[in-house]
Amino acid sequence: MQALHIKAKELLESGRVRVIIGYGEGSSGRVRPVFIRNVSEAEKLVWDNRCKQNLAVYLLKPEIKKIGMPAIVATPAAVMSIVQLISENQLKNGDLVALAIEDDSVTEISDDVSLETYVQSHPVIFPPSVKEEIRTIAEKSLQDRLKYWQDELSRCIKCYACRVACPLCYCERCITDVNQPQWVCVASHLQGNFEWHMNRAMHLAGRCIECGSCTLACPVGIPIGLITIEASRVVEKEFGQKPGLRCNAPSAMSTFKVEDVETFIK
Amino acid sequence: MNDIFEPTVVAFVCNWCTYAGADLTGTSRIKYAPNVRIVRFPCTGRIDYNLVLKAFEQGADGVIVSGCHPNDCHYTSGNFHARRRWIVFKQLMEYMGIDMRRVKFSWVSAAEGAKWADVVNTTVQEIRSLGPSAEFSEMKGEGIA
Repeated sequence: MQALHIKAKELLESGRVRVIIGYGEGSSGRVRPVFIRNVSEAEKLVWDNRCKQNLAVYLLKPEIKKIGMPAIVATPAAVMSIVQLISENQLKNGDLVALAIEDDSVTEISDDVSLETYVQSHPVIFPPSVKEEIRTIAEKSLQDRLKYWQDELSRCIKCYACRVACPLCYCERCITDVNQPQWVCVASHLQGNFEWHMNRAMHLAGRCIECGSCTLACPVGIPIGLITIEASRVVEKEFGQKPGLRCNAPSAMSTFKVEDVETFIK
Repeated sequence: MNDIFEPTVVAFVCNWCTYAGADLTGTSRIKYAPNVRIVRFPCTGRIDYNLVLKAFEQGADGVIVSGCHPNDCHYTSGNFHARRRWIVFKQLMEYMGIDMRRVKFSWVSAAEGAKWADVVNTTVQEIRSLGPSAEFSEMKGEGIA
C-alpha cells in the first residue's frame, strides 16, 4: 500500500495523470471506489484482498473523461476489461495508466502491447467453486434447470445494479430503456426477469471476461454471473474466440466464418 | 367437439428465399397445416432473438425460423450472422431451462415449395405432441415476492 501511495503522489504531482481511480475505505468494513485528484488525498487509497470490484467501469463515464488522463488501480480482471474495451474501440492506446499491484510493488501499464502481455501472464482465475456450480447446473435435467433459474431469478428486483457494475455494459441507451417498441419487459415478475437476463447474456456473449462484478453488485445475491459466463463459454467453444486477450481481436458476434458449424438448422 | 390441440406456430422467414418458397408451395397447390402464421423479414439476419421470446410470451406454441441456404443470402452474409446468433441463443436458452424443441430452424430456398410444406407439417406435428406452451407465458405475474 505504501508503494501505491508513493506512486499516486508522483503521478499527480508530475501532472501526468489528473485522477486516480482506486479503492478506499467504505462502510461496514468494505471498500468503495475513490477518485483521487489531489496529492493530499492519495493516502485514501487502499489495496488488500477486499478489492474485488472491477473499476474499469469508470473509465467510460463522461464525468471521469472530463477530468482528464486517468490512472486506475487495476485487478487482472480490470486489465482484461480494458483490453476488451480497446478491441471494441471504446478506449485508445495511451488513454489511461493502469496500475498493477503485486507484493507491494506497483507497475505502470499504459500501452496496448504491455496490457496484452500483462493479461497473458495474469489470467483471471475463476474460483473452482464457480466452475463447479456451472457444471452442476449444466448436468441437471431441462426441467430442473428451469426450476433452478426460476428460483434464483424470482428474487430479481430489476435494480440493474448488474448492468451498472459491468464495464462492458456501456450503451448510452440500454435496450431495456427503449419503450417504443418495448423490446424487454421491464416488470420484475419472472418473465420480465428472464427476458432481462437473457438479453444481457446475449449482449455479453463473447465479451464477458468473468470478473464477477455483476454477482458482487446484486443486492439479492443471485449468481447472475453464471448466465453471462455461460454465453461467453458457448462462444469460446463454438467459435474459438475469447474476450479480453488481444487489443485488435475481431468481435465474435459481429463477425462470422463461412465454416461455422451447427447441426440444428435443417 | 374437436378435442385435438391445434398449436399456434409463428414462422419468421426471409423474403427472398423462404417466403418465396412458401409462395411456390401455394401455387403448386400443396396442402399443408394451417396452424402457421408467417411473418416476412427482408433477411434472417434481421430476425432478433427477442422476437422469438415475444412470440412465446404472446401465446405461440412453436416458432419456425427459416431463410436462405448459406452462400445464397440475397444480402450476401445476413444468414451467416444469423447462424452465429442462433448457435449461441439456442445453447443459452437450454442452459436456462427453456425447451428449444419448440423452435425449429431451417434453410428453405425459393425453389423448395415441397420442403416448406414438409417443415411446417413436421413442426406442427411435433408441437402438437409437446402440447400447449405454458412455461414462458405463465411466468408473467409469478415470482413477485
